[in-house]
Amino acid sequence: MNSFSRSQWGAGGLALLIGLFLFVFLIVPVVKVVYVAFQDPNTGALTLINFVDFFNTSLFRESFLNSIYVAGGAVLLASLISIPLAYFTTRFNFGGAVLIQTLGIVPLIMPPFVGAVAMLLLFGENGSVNLLIDEWFGFTIPFMEGLNGVILVEAIHYFPFILINLSAALLNIDSAMEESAQNLGASGTRLFRRIVFPLAMPGYVAGASLVFLKVFDDLGTPLLLNINNMLAPQAYLRISSIGISDPMGYVISVILVVFSLFSLWVSFLALKNKDYATVQKGGGGLMKRDLRPWEKIGCYAVIILILLMVLSPHIGLALLSFGTVWSYSVLPDAYTFAHYGNVFRTATQYISNTLLYAGLAALIDVVLGTAIAYIVWRTGLIGRKWLDYIAMGAVAVPGVVLGIGYLRTFVEFNVPIIDKPLSSWWVIIVIALVIRRLPYALRACMAGLQQVSIMLEEAAENLGATKTRTVRRIVVPLMSGGIMAGFIISFATASVELSATIMLVSAESDAPLAYGIYEFMQSAAGRGPGAALGIVAVLIVGIATYISHRVIKRREKELAPGVAVAAQGV
Amino acid sequence: MTDIRPEAVGVTIEGVSLSFGTTQVLKGVSLTIEPGEFFTFLGPSGSGKSTLLRAIAGFGPVPGGRILIGGDDVTHLAPWHRNVGMVFQSYALWPHMTVRKNVAFGLEERKIPARDIRGRVDAALSLIGLLDLADRRPSQLSGGQQQRVALARTIVVEPRVLLLDEPLSNLDANLRIQMRREILELQRKLKLTTIFVTHDQEEANTTSDRIALLNDGVIQQVGSPMELYDNPANRFVADFLGTANLIDGRVEKGQDKITFQADDGTLIPLNGTGVEAGPGTAMFRPQDLTIRKPGEDADDGAVLPGRVQHREFLGSLIRYAIRVGDNVILVDDSHQAGRPVFDVGDDVALRLSVGQVRILAG
Repeated sequence: MNSFSRSQWGAGGLALLIGLFLFVFLIVPVVKVVYVAFQDPNTGALTLINFVDFFNTSLFRESFLNSIYVAGGAVLLASLISIPLAYFTTRFNFGGAVLIQTLGIVPLIMPPFVGAVAMLLLFGENGSVNLLIDEWFGFTIPFMEGLNGVILVEAIHYFPFILINLSAALLNIDSAMEESAQNLGASGTRLFRRIVFPLAMPGYVAGASLVFLKVFDDLGTPLLLNINNMLAPQAYLRISSIGISDPMGYVISVILVVFSLFSLWVSFLALKNKDYATVQKGGGGLMKRDLRPWEKIGCYAVIILILLMVLSPHIGLALLSFGTVWSYSVLPDAYTFAHYGNVFRTATQYISNTLLYAGLAALIDVVLGTAIAYIVWRTGLIGRKWLDYIAMGAVAVPGVVLGIGYLRTFVEFNVPIIDKPLSSWWVIIVIALVIRRLPYALRACMAGLQQVSIMLEEAAENLGATKTRTVRRIVVPLMSGGIMAGFIISFATASVELSATIMLVSAESDAPLAYGIYEFMQSAAGRGPGAALGIVAVLIVGIATYISHRVIKRREKELAPGVAVAAQGV
Repeated sequence: MTDIRPEAVGVTIEGVSLSFGTTQVLKGVSLTIEPGEFFTFLGPSGSGKSTLLRAIAGFGPVPGGRILIGGDDVTHLAPWHRNVGMVFQSYALWPHMTVRKNVAFGLEERKIPARDIRGRVDAALSLIGLLDLADRRPSQLSGGQQQRVALARTIVVEPRVLLLDEPLSNLDANLRIQMRREILELQRKLKLTTIFVTHDQEEANTTSDRIALLNDGVIQQVGSPMELYDNPANRFVADFLGTANLIDGRVEKGQDKITFQADDGTLIPLNGTGVEAGPGTAMFRPQDLTIRKPGEDADDGAVLPGRVQHREFLGSLIRYAIRVGDNVILVDDSHQAGRPVFDVGDDVALRLSVGQVRILAG
């Protein structure tokens, strides 16, 4: 047997192992959840009775409508925030562009539920803002009343998805697209309506459907705001209070999956066959014009207002973590470090658990991501694309659903030596994080590999390196930027994941940060330490994001000439 | 079909200057383009040719000076009020519209009744031979087809002037030749004043009635392709159009003859009428010289002794680089099988007929 087919065998074996892992920890649990949803709880026969029960229960009907209402409302509010920002940066020569780019990242370094309680204190009925408005104008605005609160918190957190996609779409429009329309007689709003808007539409729809999906699936924010009449909280409450045999949790899971798939499908349709990246050589983005002084003032006013709103969870959380008592007042009565002291005395296991879980999960993710990327792009294995599809399919599985699936599937599987079910061993949390974050890591690794010209590998093989050695000495070093980015993205998002982990934490000592924050925030006395823990989480994610940014920038600079030359040959 | 035959108008450019920041891109350009003319802005990249074209269409900063189209001052007019048709280098076909919608766009903007639009779009599409692809998206068309659609989209609105911004640069070599013939044919048929921007001298030579050669934001020379080639106004024009031998020196006037004395002492007799004495540059093309063994006859003209330094075989001709004094002179010798060939190091004699030497003011 020659070494070529040996390397094919190696890749095949690796692909099989990865496929097995995805099958056991992604496909089986999800199929199990769907199967149980269609199973009669008493007889075990297939039936639609659970769905009939679901829609005959007024609480579930209400939850269903509320979830759609909240997701739709969040998309609307997020659009209102991001459309002006995207418009300002792409149409005008405007110094605020850096501010806006920062705006796009800041919310992402804090999961929405962390800031939710702080938002109550700032915007709630007796929160700082309403106290001021009441004092000055004599009325209050129900920002955080019921579902409004969920919409506000989610929109502030998720609007960057729309901002980033829409800005990219606008920037990708060649100025010649606009000029040719002007040349043929179009101008002003007609030009915008007929050319600019349709060309930017796919980007907007892609972003908006992602926001819808994220909000529809989110468990932490409604739980923290004590809103239970939505789908994800209902699923969690049914399973955690009634038990894993209650069929309603499974019915809700199926609905969540269906809506996730639907959102992804809409986003896919929006982008399919609409590669409107129309910038050609020599062409720039849309024409930019200078702002008149009063327009500039207006722009800055809008941006600062939005910036304040976007930063309000962070500001509120910081105040809460340093404040002594904060109730019925605009600001806390006094400031203290006591909450941090409290956290570092009693809650360090949350932090160390998080670093362990997220670190492990991110490591496994990039190993899997690199392997899948290589198998998909560089081997001729039959069905290799399916590895990619299945791994990416994890995007459509809400955390709650994966959690329920693991509970149901692995409760019967006893881990030897430690002698307890896999579903209550801490390793299952890591596996859940691996599956949840694999799509992010995989995309980053794929992007990294695509930058490596196959000629660079052929050159190594030509000089006598085997496939394995070529991967190790040429491919992995060259795609290390992508791998690093994948690691950090997985790590940062995994370290604040709540929806899957909240279902899988079986002992306080196994719990990660996000769970700890949730626990603390349950009581009024725990809010201070909870906020302090939240700030710790923000710092971990923030630092990780910053490092990744620096690493990627540096790698780009180092590799730029070589990669560019190699890319020309492709 | 509906005739697309607007009244041809001229374009006048008066002292147009334009800067991007501190970089002056156009420095007082003045030009008159006749009605119905196929006029080309030729020049290297960065010469300002595209900027000038875009200024005529109304894109970019408002320039200093005046631009008149058919006698109307359009300098401060918005692009959408100018009625000049522009074909963009990238074609700029809108990907979210079909071919038919793309072509109909300008007519819709002009509030033409829907029933007329259909006929005119069909006419324009059949003119370019793409009527059967009317319902395709631009992404489903080849480069040449996209180019034709871009043309149809522009001419269907019956613009007063047609502006073409390097329209052939994204096509492969064979298609480029075919498309430039088609464009020229269309222009002749429509009698449409056309301004064509290119950096390719072959494109300019084969299509244009007249060429304005630009460099560094300044018009170097305006004239027919042959005038520019045969009588270049300066070193830049001579060098940009074809290959030129340029030798610095000065013109000496004796009692009965005029000679050019190169800086290295080489003498070239001139038959100069209208040549002034003084410093200058002698210009002649490689095909103006013949190459012989030394000592062979030389009736009129100059005989320049030299030595072969380099030789390139180009198929129909052989290009020699001959060291003459301090200069290296390029000589094209037409090639046929069996014809003697000089080797590097051979001594040769170059014959240059006096009528072919141009003196460029130095």
